[in-house]
Formats: sequence, structure tokens, C-alpha cells
Amino acid sequence: MKRKTPALAIYALAAYLFLHLPLLILAVFSFNSSRFTVWQGFSLNWYGAALNDSQLIESSWNSLIIAIFATAVSTVFGTLCAYGLWKRNSKPLATSLYLNLVTPEIVTGISLLAFYQWIFRFLRVQLGMHTVILAHVAFSIAYVVIVVMARLRTVDVRLEEAALDLGANEWQAFRYVTLPAILPGVVAAALLAFTVSFDDYVITSLVAGVNSETLPMVIYAIARRGVNPIVNAISALIVVGFGCLIMISQRLQST
Amino acid sequence: MNRLRAWFLAPTWTVMVTLFLAPLAIILAYSLLTRGAYGGLSPPWTAESYGRLVDPIYFVILWRSFWIAGLSTVVCLLLGFPLALFISRSGPRKNLYLSLVILPFWTSFLIRTYAWMFLLRDTGLVNTFLEKLGLIQGPLPLLYNNFAVILGLVYGYLPFMVLPLYATLERLDPNLLEAAADLGAKPGITLLRVILPLCEPGIRAGSILVFIPCLGAYLTPDLLGGGKSVMIGNLIQNQFTTARDWPFGAAVALVLMAVVMTLLMILAGRDSEDLL
Repeated sequence: MKRKTPALAIYALAAYLFLHLPLLILAVFSFNSSRFTVWQGFSLNWYGAALNDSQLIESSWNSLIIAIFATAVSTVFGTLCAYGLWKRNSKPLATSLYLNLVTPEIVTGISLLAFYQWIFRFLRVQLGMHTVILAHVAFSIAYVVIVVMARLRTVDVRLEEAALDLGANEWQAFRYVTLPAILPGVVAAALLAFTVSFDDYVITSLVAGVNSETLPMVIYAIARRGVNPIVNAISALIVVGFGCLIMISQRLQST
Repeated sequence: MNRLRAWFLAPTWTVMVTLFLAPLAIILAYSLLTRGAYGGLSPPWTAESYGRLVDPIYFVILWRSFWIAGLSTVVCLLLGFPLALFISRSGPRKNLYLSLVILPFWTSFLIRTYAWMFLLRDTGLVNTFLEKLGLIQGPLPLLYNNFAVILGLVYGYLPFMVLPLYATLERLDPNLLEAAADLGAKPGITLLRVILPLCEPGIRAGSILVFIPCLGAYLTPDLLGGGKSVMIGNLIQNQFTTARDWPFGAAVALVLMAVVMTLLMILAGRDSEDLL
């Protein structure tokens, strides 16, 4: 193969700067002591302010609880589903999952809202943490299925056949042969599901109740009023946190 | 195996039916009902909500959504193709370069959009910088317009374009390029006459994968467009919250879904195996 042309490499550098520089600048200015976009010296004031903001802390807890529950459920359901589909594909289920993945968030959100309102006519419940968790399960399963499925494609079917021949039942073959082999993929999927859940604004804002405000909802409310360095500080923390989770996830997917 | 497999699929089936398909069915029913006195829903069944889509006030929004999504897709293609080409030719560092494209994609979408608010506002970094250089007198109106929305969408969905393009470039037989060179084609001609036509599946997949989320975008036009660049997503949200006209909001949502599904069927026409 020929050496790559320098023009292409320079272009690629510019493209990578376009992709990464905005977040980097955002993070740098979270350490600025002034609230304006002029560098006035290093300070951790905005981090202090963020950590002392009760609304931010409370909503972070909500986001964390929602993400943990939604991740646990969608990882279990999604892994079982991927395994079942790997055994034999089910066109209708695969199609619904795919459709679920590409449905615009706003459509998913309003249809869930309409669905909940309709259900509430018969049940004495209201919008709250539970409705948000259910919504998050619904939109994160598809991610889990895709990641676990990719992992399953690298598994040798004959291993399970051997286990069955040696007297294992179907459950044991899954539990002791295939599951350990796909475990890194399952963990990677869980990490992805967690970030997708923790980050969601559009669907969450439509199905959240009064006591279930999440961190993205608070950030959004502040951002709509304009730029605020506290959001920069929160953002930097989230970007670093997410970055770590995603890098671990990527590493696990490629092992 | 069939007995256990059914149990493995059951939980996800249940979630999909109750929390995805049933809600869509309810939206379909709502779109055919009439808006009641207090924002409620009531018979008679009618298709009137769909008729209102051609009302000029709403048609402007539909038209804007389509051209903004289309232009964003074209820009993604123009920016993404050279990047995918670069990655596919970078030998052992391919995976690193690919991760660098994927990483921002999994970073919070809300925060990535906010980052552009931070950069583009009147007292933002871009304007401050240009003023310091003396290139402009007052701040340029960079935020709260169509330009900012397109920039935000391109920034958000560029990875969707790069990944399928990279996948097709990766499968490209290097012998074909050598053959073209041996037969006297200059690199530019090889690119136009050999590489681009062979990348057609990747271009189609990437374009649809970018166009769909752009068309249904809600967050980007709301934060970066600021009321002047209302798109379909904002129209739907507004009908379900402030305007409380659920039948009309449901009709708009279903039209959006119909467009999305048509595009997917075009995509699934040839390479549906890659999807899931």
C-alpha cells in the first residue's frame, strides 16, 4: 500500500479537533475563576458550587438510581434475548428491537406518556421514578442485545453441543459454557446501557413526575437560560466519568 | 432447545410489546380522535389531524426539518468520507483512530450540544476570539439560527456516517486500486471512478443513519435554534405539552415514523443482515 497522502492526514487532524476540541474547551473553562469566557486564572469555585447545589445533588442521585435499576433489568433481559436470538433468529422480535433503536426519541417519549396516562385511568399510580425506569429499560434493551449479539457471534456453537452431549441440560450449557464466554460483552453492554440511561433527557423529561427530576433535566433547565460555568463543571465530571466507562466498554468488547 | 429459548425471549418480548408497540398503537388511535374541551380526547373518529399537516404554519416546519436534516446529512458525508478513508488507510493504528470517532458519540449528547452554546453565543469563545483579533466589531449572530442547528447535528451524528463508510472502505479489495493505478488512473480518478462507486452501500447506510436522527431531532433545535428553527420534534413536543393538542401531535409523530420506516426499508433492501 502507498504511503497516505499528507493532505489526508492534515484533514483527519482537523476533523479530530472538530470532534474533541469543543468538549475540551468546555472542560478547560470549568476551571476559570471568572464566569465570562475570558481566562482569569485557575479555580475550583464552580466545582465547589456544583457540589453544594442541593438540586444538582438530588437529581444526580435520582439519575444514578434510575440508571442502576434500568441497567440491571435491561442487561439481564437483553442478554437472555440475544442468546435466544442467537440460537434461532426471530424476525419479528429483531425487527421490533431495531425499530425501537431508530425511533426518534421524541416519538418514543410521547407514546410512552400517552400510554402511561391511559394506564393511569385504571390504576392508582402517577408519573415518578418507576415510570422513568420502565421507559429507560424499554429504550436500552436494544443496545444490550446488539453488543451481546456481537460477542455471541464469536462463540463456537460446538462448545455447547459438547456440553449437552456430556449430559448438561440446556440451562447448564448456557450458565456454565456460553455465559462465561460472553461475560466481557455483557459487562460492556451494561456499561453502555448505563451511560445511555444516565444521559437521556428527551424521553425522561416527558415521563418524569415531580419527584423524579434527573441530572440531565436540571442541566437542560440551566442551559436553556444561558451559559453557566456550573454546567461546565458538571459537564467535565460527566464527560470524564462517561469517557472511562466507554473506554472500559470498548476494551471489553475487543478482548 | 425450543422450550428454554421461548423463556429467554419472553422478558424482552413483554417489554417490547407493552412499552414500545402498545404505546405506538395508542398514538395511532389518538391521532384519529378529536381534541376534547379541556385537552382531552373524544370521538368522533376522524383523519382531520392529518389534514392539518398541510396548513402553511405547520408545513413550513416540516419543510424546514427536511432541508436541515438533508443538508446536515450532505455535510456529514463530505466531512466523513475523507476521515473514513484516512482511518481505513492508517494500518495498525486503525482501532485507535476509530475509537477516537466513537468516543465523543457515547459522551453525553446534551453536554455536546451545550458545548456549542458555550462556543457560539455572543460572548462565547469564537466571538471573543474574533473580536480580540480585531476581525469583527460586534459579535456575529452564531447561535439561535439554522446554522447553529446544522452545526450541532453534524457534530452529533458524524460518527454515524464515518462507521458505515469505514466498514465498506475496509472491505474494498486493494487489488482493484492497484489495477486502476497500473492502468494509468491518477489517484483522483481512482477515487471518483473506483472507490466511490464501490462505497455506495456505505454511503447509503451512513446517509440514512444520519438523516433519521436529524429529522427527528428535538434537543439540538431547541437549544441551538432557540425558537427560530423549530423542527418536527419540537412541534410534536409542543402539541403534547403546551398546546395540549394530542391528536395533532400524535398525527405528526406517526408521519415522522412513516418516513423513518420507509427509509429503513430502503436501507434494509440490500444489506439488512448487517443491521442486527
